[in-house]
Amino acid sequence: MKLLQSPAVRVGLSISIATGLYGVSFGALGVTSGLDFWQTMALSLLLFSGGSQFAFIGVVAGGGSGVAAMGAATLLGMRNGIYGMQLNALLQPRGWRKYAAAHVTIDESTATSTGQTDPDEQKRGFWTAGIGIFVLWNIFTAVGALAGSALGDPKQWGLDGAAVAAFLGLLWPRLKGREPVAIAVVCALATVLAVPFVPAGVPILIAAFVAAAIGWFSHGRSDEGLEPDVDPYAEHHQHPRQDPHSEEAGR
Amino acid sequence: MNLWMWLLLACLLGYGWKLLGYLVPASLLRNPRMSRIAGTMTIGLLASLTIVNAVASGQALALDARIGALAAAGIALWLRAPFLVVVLAGAGAAAGLRLLGWS
Repeated sequence: MKLLQSPAVRVGLSISIATGLYGVSFGALGVTSGLDFWQTMALSLLLFSGGSQFAFIGVVAGGGSGVAAMGAATLLGMRNGIYGMQLNALLQPRGWRKYAAAHVTIDESTATSTGQTDPDEQKRGFWTAGIGIFVLWNIFTAVGALAGSALGDPKQWGLDGAAVAAFLGLLWPRLKGREPVAIAVVCALATVLAVPFVPAGVPILIAAFVAAAIGWFSHGRSDEGLEPDVDPYAEHHQHPRQDPHSEEAGR
Repeated sequence: MNLWMWLLLACLLGYGWKLLGYLVPASLLRNPRMSRIAGTMTIGLLASLTIVNAVASGQALALDARIGALAAAGIALWLRAPFLVVVLAGAGAAAGLRLLGWS
């Protein structure tokens, strides 16, 4: 197969497997958070963005309202708009492809694409990772959701601990350097302080606004926090990240 | 039904963000500040979700087996374990501590 000789396709396939597999944990945590099987599947099929999906079920599991869950998921999805802008400039999809490309625009497909330099490879990387992750993520969400509903008492299996670990796992790759760590600590503190005083779910939104204020008033890297959960080029050490603003900013 | 409504709205808004990047002219969106806020907000939200799931029980704060899960996940990540192993470490720690009698 000629396609398999493309480095971007190979990276796209391996990232698809690595990311798709952890759909199992989303599926299992989805049904134990209080959602039913189809609600969990709807998130993977329609929302399709790991962080936002985990945020939605994380708020619901903590007793938060549907509005708060929607708020947290939506705020976490903002970065996908930034990715869309980058990818639109890079791949220039036309017609219906634009709408399809938008749906599979996530951390990993963006990182796979922007890690390549040749325009054809960028395209192949994006579509391989985007479609591959979409298919596997949904299959494994279903597997996890079915297994999760058969488990009985989720606490006995430590699934609430699994949720904590999943969020830390999503946060971890973004903590490169002192500044993101400081942002994380400040937001975690704001959350803990807010918990006793406001309804469940709201502390998370308060932390989001604290983080937005930090972003507005401080000047740091403009791609801070925009790292994929699974780095497609991890074995190639650090790849230079695509920064669409660097030329304009004259850096 | 109510939860379905918020869930579908979340899906719609999530897709809206993604599509916005493709439809709005780049000149309007090419703003380092927007990109930076998207990033700091991602860090802040994930940090907040981590801590809420670790220590909050409704409107109360509680130190229970979930703290053990947080520590175990931290150690697994420090050792560069892949995501699924990190999640399993969290589940194992919480389940194990409960077996030992710590709720």
